[in-house]
Amino acid sequence: MKSNNELDRRSFLKASIVAGGALLVGINLPMASRAEDRFGFSAEPDADFSPNAFIKITTNGKVTVVVGQSEMGQGVLTSLPMIVADELEVDWANVGYEQAPANKAFINPVMGMQGTGGSSSVRGLFNPLRKASAQVREMLIGAAAASWGVAADTCKAENGKILHSASNKSVPYGELLAAAAKITPSDNPTLKDAKDFKYIGKAVKRLDTPAKVDGTAVFGIDVKVPGMLYATILRSPVIGGKVKSVDDSAAKATKGVVKVVDLGYGVGVIADSYWNARKGRTALKVTWDDGPMANVSSETIYKSFADAADNKKGLEAKKIGDVAAGKSKAAKTIDAVYWAPFLAHATMEPINFTADVRSDGAEVWGGVQAQMLVQATVAKTAGVPVDKVKVNTTLLGGGFGRRFEMDYVIDATLLSKAAGKPVKVVWTREDDTQNDMYRPATYNKMSAGIDAGGKPVFWHHRVVNDAIMARAGKAFGFTLKDDQLDSSSFEGANELPYNFTNFQCDWVRVDTGVPVGFWRSVGSSHTAFSVECFMDELAAAAGKDPLEFRLSLLEPNSRHAGVLKLAAEKAGWGKKMPAGSGQGIAVAESFGSYVAHVADVTVGADGKVNVDRVVVATDCGQVVNPDTVVAQMEGSVVFGLTAALYGEITIKDGKVVQKNFPDYKMVRMNEMPKVEVFLLPSKENHGGVGEPGTPPIAPAVVNAIFAATGKRVRSLPIRPGDLKKA
Amino acid sequence: MTKISVNNKQYETYADPSTPMLWVLRDELGLTGTKFGCGIAQCGACTVHVDGSPRRSCITPLSSVVGKEVTTIEGLSPDSSHPLQKAWIAEDAPQCGYCQSGQIMAAAGLLKQKPKPTDADIDAAMSGIICRCGTYSRIREAIKQAAANGGK
Repeated sequence: MKSNNELDRRSFLKASIVAGGALLVGINLPMASRAEDRFGFSAEPDADFSPNAFIKITTNGKVTVVVGQSEMGQGVLTSLPMIVADELEVDWANVGYEQAPANKAFINPVMGMQGTGGSSSVRGLFNPLRKASAQVREMLIGAAAASWGVAADTCKAENGKILHSASNKSVPYGELLAAAAKITPSDNPTLKDAKDFKYIGKAVKRLDTPAKVDGTAVFGIDVKVPGMLYATILRSPVIGGKVKSVDDSAAKATKGVVKVVDLGYGVGVIADSYWNARKGRTALKVTWDDGPMANVSSETIYKSFADAADNKKGLEAKKIGDVAAGKSKAAKTIDAVYWAPFLAHATMEPINFTADVRSDGAEVWGGVQAQMLVQATVAKTAGVPVDKVKVNTTLLGGGFGRRFEMDYVIDATLLSKAAGKPVKVVWTREDDTQNDMYRPATYNKMSAGIDAGGKPVFWHHRVVNDAIMARAGKAFGFTLKDDQLDSSSFEGANELPYNFTNFQCDWVRVDTGVPVGFWRSVGSSHTAFSVECFMDELAAAAGKDPLEFRLSLLEPNSRHAGVLKLAAEKAGWGKKMPAGSGQGIAVAESFGSYVAHVADVTVGADGKVNVDRVVVATDCGQVVNPDTVVAQMEGSVVFGLTAALYGEITIKDGKVVQKNFPDYKMVRMNEMPKVEVFLLPSKENHGGVGEPGTPPIAPAVVNAIFAATGKRVRSLPIRPGDLKKA
Repeated sequence: MTKISVNNKQYETYADPSTPMLWVLRDELGLTGTKFGCGIAQCGACTVHVDGSPRRSCITPLSSVVGKEVTTIEGLSPDSSHPLQKAWIAEDAPQCGYCQSGQIMAAAGLLKQKPKPTDADIDAAMSGIICRCGTYSRIREAIKQAAANGGK
């Protein structure tokens, strides 16, 4: 990955005046090679550089920041405007946002595509937005200085005005736009000193909150287009099954049903209202061709993973020294298998999408994480030119990686095309739970040894799971080869911060046929569990305190050590706990941020696990909105805790067993631990914040269970039955 | 034809009387603040008030609200001035925001019953509403803040 500074130097700006006298500021963002690294497509700079504005200033001085990223709760509609407000010197009350269309101009340099994932928004856009805002500020100063006949360096920008204190003159930005647009922006604008930031680094209130407390916020499911019909799709109960035959006579006779469409992978029912569509769906009689997945169940998958772990070579994800040589020096060797199950995303807003496909183009609406992929997918599915597809991004009622997928975009596009009208497709919760792209189930075969002094002499981790990119890559025309690594499967297991002399991480790919996808924190969501719990086992074998053991293997000034020490200090690590209670610690880096958790856990005689308190320490580099960071860290604890305590998707005869919240449980208010978040002050580059808080919670809780009970949990979710007092 | 009263406004609807209120509110009356989450009264995103008490609109048939007053998030206050709405903003409680209408309506029902709720009261009243973003701590603080400000 390119450093932020390197990216920064290559961005340039274009300003223009449009009708009404507003100034539009386009930024040509640099493209990062990461596009090819991870997504396998080449994101070329837009040769025409169409004037897609990132910043609009109107003559009344209002500044609108056009956000190419999607808002799924992480606060991007506030954090990006904060960057502009600060460097452009405008009052926060005059700053608003607008959601951008799908356009190459909005390709995130860190991600290499217009998309919201990988906790990349601020990481990719902080420097380009800041630089552009400083450039515009200097252009406005230049325009004012010229009109007054004074030197630019005797003027300054403040609260949406340019001031010349010597003559006591001032002029609002709105009156300078036309003149400013004619000034050539400097390639190296003077950036504000961080100590002068008014908004960056401060807990600024979110711009999207008011609409979220009065019912006016518009999510994809709330979209209403004139003439719109509603649809629901009955899908094959077996993964990958196809429609063999349909008897739709009763469905068609249902009041309000307009059309029934055989989609091959399911049967769509289109009606004048959503509820009528649902009634029509209930009346469908479909026979299915189950296909090969009918023979697949969780047990067969586990067996195939265990077999692959023992017998398949796999690919080397990382090697240091020689594990075999290390083994010969071991005074004690530990072997363990760690298992993490498939998980559904379960966004609160069930999957939905609205499309209006016409013969010459299409317009679509919904909560999406990858606008350009949506545009390309709609174009291909509808058979219309890409540039005739308009993508409208709404708020997302949760994303977590689920809305990176294109399946639901295809649903609405096909049904709108069939109906010749705008169609909104809404999935049921059961559809959502049973037709997800799941977090890969992962089998971890782990082996490590310590010498007589308790020092690790080798670590060997074999990660066995599906490859997300084998399926997801297809959307970008990328094919994962058999001998090619997919880091999303094992990230967090290959690059460990610990000073291991003989280390090996292998990745063994098994294609189960279960569709797998990006789930908040991706590979680290399960590798932190296996790695940090096995570290605890190693510490116990060495007879050392889990914190001390970790610190002894970390560089003293490393960021991992920094967050571990901060979390331990704030949590009162090592304090005496009552019988049945214990503390556990874990640390993980993901997406450029370092997070340590200390969990205080009580295990009842019945084996029920109560997580009483979680202390979070994070070093996520420089921070734009500390309150957003705290909120993301709090929420990540709940997300990861839900997975640790309850999360499990199982397969029986090719069918997903779980259906809805009663059997795919979520942590609720009464189970919410006290969460305390501490930010380690940092001058490092921005790290991500949407995902990195998730990985450490499962291992922290599991390690706390060991401290409380002496029992090791090596398979998630945690099963109270296993922890019951004999 | 069924006559109903929502947010003190009278409506006539031709929807089948068995239709869940959720879909009448959302698709017919355009009151989309009330959300669909699970369809089986397990997540609380669809919570509205019927004669002042919280109800899951996804399992409440249209026929059952005839002669009763339905209140949705849009009708909680005319201008986001309900103490809970103010407290929600002060705490910046929402993340994605999808469940928050249901959370606020459930909390409004709680404060009507118990103007000074304890943590146990909050757990009892609010544990039926799932927040996948995990905003529970801030919701709890916002409820306490609204209660302190005499919110009902």
